Amino acid sequence: MNHFTRRALVKGGTALGAAAALSGPALMDWAKAWAQNAPWKPEKGAKLAMLRWKYFVQSEDDAFVKLIAAFTKATGVPVEISRESYEDVQPKASVAANTGTGPDLFWGLYSLPHLFPQKCMDVSDVANYLGKKYGGWVDSAVKYGHSGNKWICIPICYSGALMNYRIEASNKAGFSKFPDKLDSFLEYTKAMKANGLPGGFALGHASGDGNSWAHWCLWSHNGQTVDAQDKVIINSPETAKALEYAKQLYAQMIPGTAAWNDSSNNKAFLAGEIGWTNNGISIYVAAQKNAPKIAEDMNHAYFPIGVSGKPTELHLMYPVLAMTYTKYPQACKALMAFMLEADNFNPWIESAKGYLTHCLNAYDKNPVWTADPKATPFRDVAKRTLTAGGLGSVGEKAATAIADFVVVDMFANCCTGREDVKGSISIAERQLKRIYR
Amino acid sequence: MTIALGQNQGTAALGEPGVWQRLKTNKNWLAFWFMLPTAVFLIFFLAYPLGLGIWLSFTDARLGRGGVFVGFENYDFLRDDPIFWLSVFNTLLYTVVASTIKFAVGLYLALLLNEKLPFKAVIRAVVLLPFIVPTVLSAIAFWWLFDPQFSIISWSLKKMGLITANIDFLGDAWNARWSVIFANIWRGVPFVAITLLAGLQTVSPSLYEAATIDGATTWQRFRYITYPLLTPIIAVVMTFSVLFTFTDFQLIWVMTRGGPVNATHLMATFSYQRAIMSGYLGEGAAISTAMIPFLLAAIMVSWFGLQKRKWQQGGDND
Repeated sequence: MNHFTRRALVKGGTALGAAAALSGPALMDWAKAWAQNAPWKPEKGAKLAMLRWKYFVQSEDDAFVKLIAAFTKATGVPVEISRESYEDVQPKASVAANTGTGPDLFWGLYSLPHLFPQKCMDVSDVANYLGKKYGGWVDSAVKYGHSGNKWICIPICYSGALMNYRIEASNKAGFSKFPDKLDSFLEYTKAMKANGLPGGFALGHASGDGNSWAHWCLWSHNGQTVDAQDKVIINSPETAKALEYAKQLYAQMIPGTAAWNDSSNNKAFLAGEIGWTNNGISIYVAAQKNAPKIAEDMNHAYFPIGVSGKPTELHLMYPVLAMTYTKYPQACKALMAFMLEADNFNPWIESAKGYLTHCLNAYDKNPVWTADPKATPFRDVAKRTLTAGGLGSVGEKAATAIADFVVVDMFANCCTGREDVKGSISIAERQLKRIYR
Repeated sequence: MTIALGQNQGTAALGEPGVWQRLKTNKNWLAFWFMLPTAVFLIFFLAYPLGLGIWLSFTDARLGRGGVFVGFENYDFLRDDPIFWLSVFNTLLYTVVASTIKFAVGLYLALLLNEKLPFKAVIRAVVLLPFIVPTVLSAIAFWWLFDPQFSIISWSLKKMGLITANIDFLGDAWNARWSVIFANIWRGVPFVAITLLAGLQTVSPSLYEAATIDGATTWQRFRYITYPLLTPIIAVVMTFSVLFTFTDFQLIWVMTRGGPVNATHLMATFSYQRAIMSGYLGEGAAISTAMIPFLLAAIMVSWFGLQKRKWQQGGDND
């Protein structure tokens, strides 16, 4: 068993991360040198405004503010940052795109640029520059980043959601390794419940946790909401199998998951009420601070692999886009590239403590992923994730289906016994047909 | 000459005041000017949004982008949407049950507080507390009280040996409905109680004295004096109470977000879910517009309730 504390993580991080050592004056010098050599020279008198999602971790925002300050010093371009809760970035960006006024840059959720692709600046040169320099983009980022054959945004990072479990209880239940197949996972949940420490997945309207596990369950049985042409194909034997499987899982869960929101499983896990759930690294980070015994006795694992033999996870992507109405396109591009340069990005992603995962392969080497092996699974979420909408397009329709909890409600309807399998599917199908009409 | 000229000029000026002068001084126009600020306010902040909402319900507008006229398409979709009908059922159940209990408890409390009690002022202030606490705060408190894992109610009952497992307050459809209704009643009772108390205090004590001398029982005094004199204020209070309950949003959104599986979605939360969360402004507007007939009905009830009885103005009670 590994005994890692936050101190060890920080120590390891500084020792291993040469890039992370760049701070204060060193960062400024580097930033100035970068600005002189960068392919994008900000326009004279340029100033930028950016609306970003509100941070989960204070240290991430602190590092971000530092990064922006370095950019301003190096290029002379002031950047005004405003923050909104991540669900509110989308409506604001939509209004800005339609009225042609507002912040120059928006940093929001996965499908944001696809709501108005023609209003997003072509940033193919930035994406190609970064891809070439940093070991290429992961596949899901390429799909999210593209509209037609051009890049309309720069995928900055993912926020991953994986399995969280208690080590000792799992061992006692006969699972020294977290199950990696659907059948063994079901056995695992039964054994855990029998031993008095059941787990749970959120079946309430939990934007993050609910959608993440419900989509995994659907996809792992080869069920899909739509096909590659965005034709609704939810009504399939595969979906029915996924629902039946979920119903069996539900029987092993702690009571009350139908009322769970995004924070419920965190609370229950930290209180020692549950032994497994799906979540970002936030439970672990909170446990390190307030419940070190739980932090020591917990670990993370990938979601079990389904019938296709491939990972079928859904993680949250955060792309940044520049609006075509901006007066300073070069400054926008310079900032986007600057954010993802190793000397900036490495310390920034480290400060996020594993909440956020990169989309550029070279950053696999960041010490945050190895200093504490319990954070390692989160390194791979960008490579493992499917895109919103599954086989279908990543645009507005996929985003609407997720925001409207179509898949979550389908599972909740079936698991709680409100509807049978057929009824649950037909309600979801009807909603999807309207969204994808 | 000079004087005559002056007189002539004066007559001309008095006889034909300019249009502006008339607009400034005419009594009818003056009333118009006084009403104008209110009218502008009402038109911009009430009539216009209402009209726009109704118009949006006939379009396929999405968040951040205008739509085109689609006729009754949104309503057609809703007509066959089981979740919409579930939200209508929930709203009616929520309104009827919560309003009835709020009225009964509120009236009881008002009668109680109207009696001679020690520390009357303090008790009246305490009764108002639930109404003073911001709704979101009380909703969060209830959310914790009804938490599936950490409910103090479940915990206490378990400690007392009355139950063995936690009560699934918000995870079971009916439990969740009763839980949110309870929270709404808790929050709404003070408004009813204090307003009815104000009404009670306008009833002249001489009426009770006369009735007592005539040998009326407590029930008779309530039935034939208190209740009839309180009717107008009951009509107003209950109209407001029904309107507030029918359009409730915060309690539900904080406690359940309409869950489990839409079992507690009210029309207001469902409208928000479709319009803002999912971005279907047109459909969300249609759900909101569907609330209007119900609200109008509630207002009509109050309007008729408020009609002055003849006897209240000294006529016969026929």
